Amino acid sequence: MPTEVKKSGRLIKAPENFLGQSDVKSPELMRRKFLAASVSSAAASMAMVGIASSGRSVHAAVGAGDPNILNMPAHTTGLGMPVAANPYGLPSQYEKGLQRRESPGLTRVSAASVAFTPLQGTFGIITPSGLHFERHHQGWWDIDPSKHRLMVMGLVRNPKVYTMDDIMRLPSVSRIHFIECGANTAMEWGNVAVPTVQYSHGMVSCSEFTGVPLSVLLEDCGIDMKKAKFVLGEGADGSSMTRTIGLDRALDDALVAYGMNGEMLRPENGYPLRLVVPGVQGVSWVKWLRRIEVGDQKWATKDEAVHYIDLMPDGLHRQYSGMQEAKSVITTPSGGQTLLDKGFYNISGLAWSGRGKVKRVDVSVDGGRNWRTARLETPILTKAFTRFNIDWVWNGGPAILQSRVQDETGYVQPKINQLREIRGTRSIYHQNAIQSWKIAETGEVSNVQVY
Amino acid sequence: MFRSTKTRHLLAAFLLLGASGIASAAKPELTGIGRTATPAEIKAWDIDVRPDFVGLPAGSGSVAKGQDVWEAKCASCHGVFGESTEVFTPIIGGTTKKDIETGRVANLSRLDFPQRTTMMKVATVSTLWDYINRAMPWNNPKTLAVDEVYGVVAYILNLAEVVPENFVLSDKNIAEVQKRMPNRNGMTTKHGLWDIKGQPDVKNTLCMSNCPVDLKIASSLPASARDAHGNLMEQHRPIGPARAIDTSKPTSTAKVASSPPGAELSKKFNCTACHAPAAKMVGPSWADIGKKYRGDAKAPAALALKVKNGGSGNWGAIPMPPHPSMKDNELSAVVQWVLEGAK
Repeated sequence: MPTEVKKSGRLIKAPENFLGQSDVKSPELMRRKFLAASVSSAAASMAMVGIASSGRSVHAAVGAGDPNILNMPAHTTGLGMPVAANPYGLPSQYEKGLQRRESPGLTRVSAASVAFTPLQGTFGIITPSGLHFERHHQGWWDIDPSKHRLMVMGLVRNPKVYTMDDIMRLPSVSRIHFIECGANTAMEWGNVAVPTVQYSHGMVSCSEFTGVPLSVLLEDCGIDMKKAKFVLGEGADGSSMTRTIGLDRALDDALVAYGMNGEMLRPENGYPLRLVVPGVQGVSWVKWLRRIEVGDQKWATKDEAVHYIDLMPDGLHRQYSGMQEAKSVITTPSGGQTLLDKGFYNISGLAWSGRGKVKRVDVSVDGGRNWRTARLETPILTKAFTRFNIDWVWNGGPAILQSRVQDETGYVQPKINQLREIRGTRSIYHQNAIQSWKIAETGEVSNVQVY
Repeated sequence: MFRSTKTRHLLAAFLLLGASGIASAAKPELTGIGRTATPAEIKAWDIDVRPDFVGLPAGSGSVAKGQDVWEAKCASCHGVFGESTEVFTPIIGGTTKKDIETGRVANLSRLDFPQRTTMMKVATVSTLWDYINRAMPWNNPKTLAVDEVYGVVAYILNLAEVVPENFVLSDKNIAEVQKRMPNRNGMTTKHGLWDIKGQPDVKNTLCMSNCPVDLKIASSLPASARDAHGNLMEQHRPIGPARAIDTSKPTSTAKVASSPPGAELSKKFNCTACHAPAAKMVGPSWADIGKKYRGDAKAPAALALKVKNGGSGNWGAIPMPPHPSMKDNELSAVVQWVLEGAK
């Protein structure tokens, strides 16, 4: 990372009326005042430029003013880049820290692994397509869309084959939904295991998906509504991922989607076609979708009979446990960060529920003893991220930040000990506990569990 | 999404009109879209095998044949005896003869059992057949012949002592084998996570103040794991409200220096002339105010208004004077500082 980036700083506003007329008129006096102040603890209350060279703000005197204002930079005095220099636009070079990343040691082979979304750096509710988390079961492919086919068969009057041309001719809908891996936050069932929100919660993303309601295709093929109870989605990749979807989900809001955030799906996310099953864990959103079979029994596929099953304390596994219950997490500030100063902060985070809309989010700064209700930013959509914000003035003392969502069904996000009382610590999937971020007096934010 | 209720209503009306225009002629006929799948196409892709063995092709394979395929195509990742290599988790192990009788793998109830193998978890033999057929070998899936798949499944079942060494697995006897699967009774669907209206098993409440918590840190990241995920500084934006920690360096011990603006403002606006930290003076103590209003979602706004405009009646006869010169951000900073304990 370029050194100058680390040094770029924030301007800390001076309190009004701090300087008298004589101070303003006398730069010399002002400099002397600074020198005196810099050895006392009053330093931070002056107008200064904060410089973070090692994660801690270092204040320098403005003197006559900020050199970033007084000295014209090249970008103000020169000619910039032409249009279409990047025909497909890329993020600024200064944003390189925010990337999908693997968690070391989590999986054994990278073709069947996870790359986590950097939630610590995203705004609003839409995850940039290039940062959408990745989970593949046998590697990803960039499939030629002109050769891709979707077959709908099984308990239908007329089994059919559709090309991408066919599917894209049909009436389309666009809907914003979150997608969360059933194993998101799995590493934290027993104890704290990872340092940042990217690794603790980054197996979730939210996008606008465009496609055809699955119900349209099922009706087009003449689904046998008397016999049909389930549908099977199957991928075209080597794993030919298969998942059983309940008929109520299939006919409700499931989509056969080709679009994501205004463009085609990215190859890592199933280009050119994937299932979207809002509210249900990501593994059911079969990528590179090639086949839909209508049936009358569940399939007990590998990813619903060996994986994506939740081990309970009595040794039984919960099978077909796809629903993602309400969950929230504070993304700013969050683990691995450090607060530079006392004073005002906007606590910001994300909440979502597989069962509908987010109704309310409460935030605690004292480890869950007292709570305040956060602002929910619009839009508040069903089975989608909802962004919440709440004002907070940090007094420099130890604090533990938590968020707690309630969804429209009345369900309240549980504490980790409440989850463990029922489900133990070995169920891997569906860990939706309240997340705690401890803030030390040094400003360091770290991942902890408190009850 | 929509700027006003009015726009929303207009849009809804428009959508209704638009929908009725189409819906009046029943559903649109999707003529010219898609075509009937041929029997050969369906046969080529309809490879799924259900627990009731619908979809299972006729065929057979011996344990011995399976061993040959295994050693050639599977052992490099899964180990010769399914005990796994560094590449994949083990397939075999952790099941007993007793489990085959009961249909429940006893080791799944043990907290001290180190791992869960495939054979400990899987309840349905169809799952093994279906998955090996569709996705194995790892780097060359769907290349095994039907009889090879039967053989590999037979070999795995033999390693797990479900079938004898001379066994030949086939579509005719696979239902009998199902009755010996060690964890065949180990699954439950009695939970609320399938149905969208399913009942949650874990319940929390919306407690807002003085909630029962044990503030002891039950778990935190050990210092040795500080940079286990790389230098966190390189995984964050270099600007914004907080910086990432440079985990290539040891933890800082320096406290953040400046005092809270709430405290400073309480002095600047002479609040402290009437209010003390813990004792009642002219007005109630910071502690008493915090105790009364903490957790009340409406308190911050209401108290800010009270400080600005003044008021009386809540804490005795002496009125609170108005503070018209305080700006809104100053009012909210002081109020929040008080509600958070006035430290």
